[in-house]
Amino acid sequence: MKAVCWMGKHDVRVESVPDPTILNSRDAIIKITTTAICGSDLHLYNGYIPTMEAGDILGHEFMGEVVETGSGVPNLKKGDKVVVPFTIACGNCFYCKKELWSACDNSNPKPETAETLYGYSGSGLFGYSHMMGGFAGGQAEYVRVPFADVGPLKVPDSIEDEKLLFLSDIFPTGYQAAENCNIEEGDTVAIWGAGPVGQFAIKSAFMLGAEKVIVIDHYEDRLRLAREENENVETINFDDKEVYDKILDLTGGRGPDSCIDCVGLESHGTSFDSLLDYAKAYTFLATDRPHALRQAIYCCRKGGTVSIPGVYGGFLDKFPMGAAFGKGLTFKMGQTNMHKYLRPLLEAVEEGKIDPSFVISHRLKLSEAPVAYDRFNTEKDTWRKVVLKPQ
Amino acid sequence: MHKTEEISTLRPEKKQSLTDFLTNTEPNISQVERIVSGIAGGGLVAYGLKRRDTAGVLLAALGGLLGLRSATGHCQVYDALGIDQSDASVSEWLKGKIEVQKAVTINKSPAELYRFWRNLENLPQFMNHLEAVAETDSKHSHWKAKAPLGQTVEWDAEITEEVPNELIAWRSTENSDIKNAGRVRFKPTANRGTEVVVHLTYEAPAGRLGALAAKIFGEEPSQQVSEDLRRFKSLMETGLIMKVEGQTSGRIGEVVEEKAKARAQGGNR
Ligand SMILES: NC(=O)c1ccc[n+]([C@@H]2O[C@H](COP(=O)([O-])OP(=O)(O)OC[C@H]3O[C@@H](n4cnc5c(N)ncnc54)[C@H](O)[C@@H]3O)[C@@H](O)[C@H]2O)c1
Ligand SMILES: [Zn+2]
Ligand SMILES: [Zn+2]
Repeated sequence: MKAVCWMGKHDVRVESVPDPTILNSRDAIIKITTTAICGSDLHLYNGYIPTMEAGDILGHEFMGEVVETGSGVPNLKKGDKVVVPFTIACGNCFYCKKELWSACDNSNPKPETAETLYGYSGSGLFGYSHMMGGFAGGQAEYVRVPFADVGPLKVPDSIEDEKLLFLSDIFPTGYQAAENCNIEEGDTVAIWGAGPVGQFAIKSAFMLGAEKVIVIDHYEDRLRLAREENENVETINFDDKEVYDKILDLTGGRGPDSCIDCVGLESHGTSFDSLLDYAKAYTFLATDRPHALRQAIYCCRKGGTVSIPGVYGGFLDKFPMGAAFGKGLTFKMGQTNMHKYLRPLLEAVEEGKIDPSFVISHRLKLSEAPVAYDRFNTEKDTWRKVVLKPQ
Repeated sequence: MHKTEEISTLRPEKKQSLTDFLTNTEPNISQVERIVSGIAGGGLVAYGLKRRDTAGVLLAALGGLLGLRSATGHCQVYDALGIDQSDASVSEWLKGKIEVQKAVTINKSPAELYRFWRNLENLPQFMNHLEAVAETDSKHSHWKAKAPLGQTVEWDAEITEEVPNELIAWRSTENSDIKNAGRVRFKPTANRGTEVVVHLTYEAPAGRLGALAAKIFGEEPSQQVSEDLRRFKSLMETGLIMKVEGQTSGRIGEVVEEKAKARAQGGNR
């Protein structure tokens, strides 16, 4: 089959590789009908995530049709149309039972590196480094899905792929980010990053009762989409405006009740601290560039919540702990506990409350993945979300 | 440094002598880079959080190889192996032996875990160094293990203590090549599953030197026990041990092209 392989920093190629096979009794093989590139994939593309190996198959947002099941997958049969969550979870351990699916104890077969770096390892992830299990990803024609009796969500044939695909990651991710804010009546939520995750966080914040959402980015096209798609959204282009001052203007001097960082470790910026971050990341003195996160902490009102779906991998420099402590902030973060949101969010799609396909900007063939990665990385304004079709 | 030479002869298929191995950092660079390039200096900090002493940090951070340069022959290595010479509770039979204690919490009842473990023939399912265990009678069994360096070691063992659903203890009989003893306890918790605590003591094939070699070549007992327990947990909780070996990737090169061609012709999927 054809698969998108990571060959090194800024080097992805579509290679012919062997078809996946069943390795455990609870595996299924899915024939992929639609897959996408995620902002998280760019962290791999840009070489920020350690323990990638040349030849690793990328991709964690995918859906398709069941073609084969192991003996321990009674819930699926050949031909079922499924969306697969990007976190792999067993459904049996303490964490899975507590719906902390992305903390599953049993799905990362190589937890030692993560344990050394983080103390304990999170769940396995598709196509996201050997530290996260080294599972082959789904930017391919076929994929092996472990714990397929627990993960894949059966979806109706009558709904087209593009409305369902983002249940695999970014819709639940934006939703959990908003849910983590414990939104109350009258709340203003400020969201850094108007990428796909940010766009779903905006919609989710409104679904959960936010009165107003403020969105910060420097891509006019992305900000415009946020305004067009939602009522009561204010946008701030951080290239032209002092973000803190503008946020105070928009919140009557109170600051937002909660702040969501949908940017992650590759924050852009030209302020002094972010230039220092570039220099440090370049010289390996720090690994992540947390400019947006620093700003979110600074802008958040007293007693507010900072919710962080944006991915961080290593160490942050100049983390404003004093501001966080001084204002008594609450922090919520982590990989999304995907399985918890699949059914409720599918219902929202079925009921027509949301059409997740609004984030798509480009539709390409799987074989065009190298171009897609390059453009999504360098022409972010217009290349917002790329969907790839294997057939 | 004659100990050094002894170790190097333990692994004849490796051309490099241990002295080279210890002074030459080359073979590890790629492995080290893989971790360090992404995590940079921070990675070392994280390792430092886990191990107290600098030697420990280096050992862990550099895959236990580079670090040996600073730790060769010194007690840090034994510390890293989990050998505590000052522990007065070590009985005569265990004096100078290796001791490992590890715990894991498993989301199953003590009874379920006890039942599986007490059937000693199940052990090789999650203890990777074991080839087979055969129970000869209700108290006695015959064990066959894969020793370091491709050898096998066999011994007889007897159950020395058993309390249903709570505790199993065993040890090798007098005439065994490899003297070892083990004890596993199953402790219920209010609502966190069962705490499984394993305590193992044994004499490695060539004493401490053997253990050091085992450590160098990745058969460090304490790590082995952690991995065994992780597999035990997974097997008990999920019914399987997650595999990624043998999955597809773009690393298989030309073989792949050929297979793809064959498939295109054969029309398989
Ligand atoms: N927690 C999870 O489970 C999970 C799941 C999916 C994605 N993610 C992460 O969410 C993040 C966003 O994903 P995406 O697909 O939307 O990525 P993306 O790269 O398309 O979007 C990031 C956006 O942030 C903007 N940005 C950069 N610097 C900024 C700054 N200083 N202030 C405000 N905005 C800034 C960029 O211009 C861009 O529009 C990534 O870090 C991704 O890894 C996390
Ligand atoms: Zn993603
Ligand atoms: Zn689990």
